[in-house]
Amino acid sequence: MTFAVPSQAMPTPSLSGLVASRRRLGLIALGGLGAACLLLAVIAVGQGAVAIAPGRVAAILAGWLTGNGAALEGRDVLVVLNIRLPRVLLGLLVGAGLAVSGALMQGLFRNPLADPGLVGVSAGAGLAAAATIVLGDRFLAGTLMKLPFAVLPFGAFCGGLVSTLVLYVIATREGRTSVATMLLAGVALGALSGALTGLLSFVSDDRQLRDLTFWSLGSLGGASWTKLSAVAPIILPLLLLMPFLARGLNGLMLGEAEAYHLGIPVQRIKAMAILLVALAVGASVAAAGLIGFVGIVVPHLVRLWVGPDHRLLLPLSALGGAMLLVAADIVARLIVAPAELPIGIVTAALGAPFFLWLLLRRTSLLDV
Amino acid sequence: MSDAATHPPILSGRELGFSAGGRALVTNASLDLLAGTTTIVIGPNGAGKSTLLKLLTGEIAPAGGEIDIGGEALRAIPGWRLACQRAVMAQHARLAFPFSVYEVARLGVDGIGRALPRPRREAIVAECLAAAGVFDLAGRSYQTLSGGEQQRVQFARVLCQLEAGRSIAERQLLFLDEPIASLDLCHQLALLDMARSIAARGVAVLVVLHDLNLAVTYADHLVVMDRGRIIAQGPPAQTLDDALLQQVFRVDLSLSRAPAPGMPFLLPQQHRGRPAA
Repeated sequence: MTFAVPSQAMPTPSLSGLVASRRRLGLIALGGLGAACLLLAVIAVGQGAVAIAPGRVAAILAGWLTGNGAALEGRDVLVVLNIRLPRVLLGLLVGAGLAVSGALMQGLFRNPLADPGLVGVSAGAGLAAAATIVLGDRFLAGTLMKLPFAVLPFGAFCGGLVSTLVLYVIATREGRTSVATMLLAGVALGALSGALTGLLSFVSDDRQLRDLTFWSLGSLGGASWTKLSAVAPIILPLLLLMPFLARGLNGLMLGEAEAYHLGIPVQRIKAMAILLVALAVGASVAAAGLIGFVGIVVPHLVRLWVGPDHRLLLPLSALGGAMLLVAADIVARLIVAPAELPIGIVTAALGAPFFLWLLLRRTSLLDV
Repeated sequence: MSDAATHPPILSGRELGFSAGGRALVTNASLDLLAGTTTIVIGPNGAGKSTLLKLLTGEIAPAGGEIDIGGEALRAIPGWRLACQRAVMAQHARLAFPFSVYEVARLGVDGIGRALPRPRREAIVAECLAAAGVFDLAGRSYQTLSGGEQQRVQFARVLCQLEAGRSIAERQLLFLDEPIASLDLCHQLALLDMARSIAARGVAVLVVLHDLNLAVTYADHLVVMDRGRIIAQGPPAQTLDDALLQQVFRVDLSLSRAPAPGMPFLLPQQHRGRPAA
């Protein structure tokens, strides 16, 4: 036991080695997952009713990006640029948004079980989206023929925001979040949102009912450049703001009082995280319906791999979530081709067993 | 220790009050924290020691009274600048996710040490881990440590913050709320020695302690609290007496006093068994 005034003691090789190996792991993980994500996206663009080789896809994309007209001839160009590409890009964005939202909520609630889908935030956003479809249609029928798509993400955002705030207020007392309360309140919020959504489906007409079914199961099927342009401005800022939240969320892991002592603007970080989660979940739900488990599975796997440091966790979750959703979309498109499975079924089929395994493996999760 | 006339207190609290749920937790408490001085707060359970510490660190706002640091109102100082000036080790520290010991200690320099070059930041973390005696645990997961080890890691984190802030703020404060509650005797003494040596560097140190013997041994300035009030404060030898012990701690004990300096002095408790023949 050598207790001395901190002086110029040199760090031993073991510690600097530890630090260097952590940094190397982080860089490898970011680079590797980034490359894998790109590769998967190119493969995903080639999959579907008309199969296109990855090399051809890459050539078309390169030609499109560089404005080189020579590569942009043939029937497959239209398929790639107008149908597949927006779909894959939407999948990347929604997946990244959902996974980062999950990681942010887990950091905010200081618990690995928090997930927008699990605690009713997605359901709240879904309810608001459903209300926008059914009621919006009804009241605007006389004035507007069709609701502009951008209204949906906004409606869903409001629903997500209200759910997150209600949840936070109920579950947090004096800076401490009760997990049991959070999960129970989430179940109640989800059930209430589900009931109200059911009520809406009762008063909706046939076309609205089809839309509502689409919400509840989730799909990337309706992807278009229009949809993408409505969703991208909402999810991209979340991804760009991640680095500013990471340090604060790391400090929050010690508790709110400790984070304050470390000089972290706790209230601002919390407000920002809640707002960004509500925005991203709202946009995701509006564009692709209710897709569960991405927000809980991806950050958890990343934590197992590189540890809980948010500076790595957030960007890696974004990449992982993007990959998971695009991969799930490939499965959804191919498994019952030429028909399509709703993507929410695929992610739930993967995510629910994983979640149970998580509970089995760490029984102490609920003690926090 | 330090000359109050030439050196104004780093932190000065005047007539502080705080109540929660209709109960007054701290009433009319006034306290100065001086550079180079170790102030130790003692008192029975529920006396308001931790609440006083939370008031002085700015974690909770007083219902009455005022606190200023270097002549500036505590409330007016932005969070990051406050973090450069004072580090706080709270009583309970649980982590939600399995950070490594190194990462926990690094949290102390992550925020306010951003201006420092990376090698310097890493050196600070290594020094402070070593100083708190947890260097060998650097790669372990915080959650797998014993309570005492976790407490020492938190101490390392606090040391990191103080060291990182030293390049920005000169007059610093260190707050420790029952920092030795889970430690064995060896580490208790080591941590308090460390706190003293930090004070010797010019930092104003405030420690909440339960062990009266350690409190009178390490305090330059002893603060006795009971039912939310500061009952007595001053140099330990003049502050603690039999009547106060009985009144505050409800124990009927007489204080033993060491004889005048220079006199040989024996404690029977130090008996180490029979020497070998």
